[in-house]
Amino acid sequence: MLDQTAKRRLPARPGVGYKPQHFSSILADPTPVEWLEIHAENYMGDGGRPLAQLRHLAERFPISVHGVGLSIGGEAALDRDHLARLKQLCGWLDPASFSEHLAWSTHGAEFLNDLLPLPYTEATLARVCAHIDEVQDHVGRRMLLENPSVYVNFTETNLDEIDFLTEIAKRTGCGLLLDVNNVYVSCTNRQTDPGDYIDRFPHDLVGEIHLGGHDEDADDAGAPLLIDAHGSEVVDPVWQLYARTLARGGAKPTLIEWDNDVPDWPVLAEEATRAARILDGVPA
Amino acid sequence: MSQSEFRAALLDPSRPAPEGLTGPAGQPAGRRFDVYRNNVTVSLTEALRQAFPVIRKLVGEEFFTAMAREHLRAHPPASPLMMFYGAAMPAFLETFPPVAHLGYLPDIARLELALRQSYHAADAAPVAAEALQTLTPDAFVAARLRLAPSVRLLRSCWPIHAIWTANARNGTAPKQATAEDVLIVRPDFDPEPLLLPAGAAPFVAALAEGRTVGEALDAAGAFDLTATLGLLLGGSAIVGIITGE
Repeated sequence: MLDQTAKRRLPARPGVGYKPQHFSSILADPTPVEWLEIHAENYMGDGGRPLAQLRHLAERFPISVHGVGLSIGGEAALDRDHLARLKQLCGWLDPASFSEHLAWSTHGAEFLNDLLPLPYTEATLARVCAHIDEVQDHVGRRMLLENPSVYVNFTETNLDEIDFLTEIAKRTGCGLLLDVNNVYVSCTNRQTDPGDYIDRFPHDLVGEIHLGGHDEDADDAGAPLLIDAHGSEVVDPVWQLYARTLARGGAKPTLIEWDNDVPDWPVLAEEATRAARILDGVPA
Repeated sequence: MSQSEFRAALLDPSRPAPEGLTGPAGQPAGRRFDVYRNNVTVSLTEALRQAFPVIRKLVGEEFFTAMAREHLRAHPPASPLMMFYGAAMPAFLETFPPVAHLGYLPDIARLELALRQSYHAADAAPVAAEALQTLTPDAFVAARLRLAPSVRLLRSCWPIHAIWTANARNGTAPKQATAEDVLIVRPDFDPEPLLLPAGAAPFVAALAEGRTVGEALDAAGAFDLTATLGLLLGGSAIVGIITGE
């Protein structure tokens, strides 16, 4: 039975990033997964199996549309064709949530297919806000902006990342997507305290949480260098940060992201079950 | 630092990390910047691996990875739709000296690109075979047959169907370098490359351009019309019959 009102919001329960190889398993028994997230760009074809599967899943689950190609932090104007494609997708799908990244990925006519970092300055702030205004106007819905995984510092940065994100939300009315793994990765790489980051984050602006795995490497001096890879289990310190996040901000829709070396469904469902157990202990 | 400077260093490993990027103690970014370089190279290589499984098999994994690296620096994606990345590969293969002896590679790459386009093309309900059979001969010749958006036609002077089948389906490798034309149909969700009867390609091309069956027959020489219509109907490739003027 379809509940159209319930479809419009992501429940404060576990969701997973949808992978086509899990289609049958999800339909057979999605437990404990209650919603799905898709990468917008994979559903911008004209038809065929991807759209047919998505239409089918959308009848049963709230869907979150997560864009990876908009280049909101880009110095150039936003790609109008891409905005139109996003608008079309969000138009027919009517997703429960729409989110994008604080990053850039397009330069000139090139799409570099990575979430590249930004210096936190007044100039960047103005540009990102103008782009988010344009996205929200064009797509016709509020978006969530995700905190990045970063590997470098910019000497020109003179604003704190949390202040930067909070100010964007204040100026544009967008919400925030808190990726707890990104917090752990970025804080480790910057040699700052991830617990402090979580404590200072504006949790009332958070509409969704991401959890995922990362790789471990080292920089030239042998200091830890964590890389956001989405190819493994969520590690214990990130689960602990997640529990701390929920203790601060209450239960939130929580996504398990696993995009590379995608495991069989039971492994992913087990990660979602771990999130469900933590969510169970927190008031919404 | 501008994004132009960042981008220039990103795709050119001989350059140092851009000034203005540091590690936590203010030291030069070094390996930290290399994470971005690696992400771009690995993710674009993976996109090309997914796009060209048969090319990969023909040249070998190791060679393909090295070639992908050259290709992605010369032709970065022009759009965030990774499912269509690789459109420049056929032309790249035509001028890439290490594969100059494999003359069929560019056409195999065209076939693989066409299969992906077909996979993502719009859906359309096919006409029943009876709809064609009930037309009078005059009405048939005057009719225009609308082909499904997922239909693709490839003409080659190489045996591309046999090469593709041998590598994608473990078929037998072709013994002769005969020319082959391929019709891609998508009966449900999976594109299928079919070998067209000799001489049928101009007929199918004319139909795709919206010309009448009669005009399409005039455009072609001798070919097996019954077999060709059988492939089109069997592949759910005809989605409309427009009769009259």
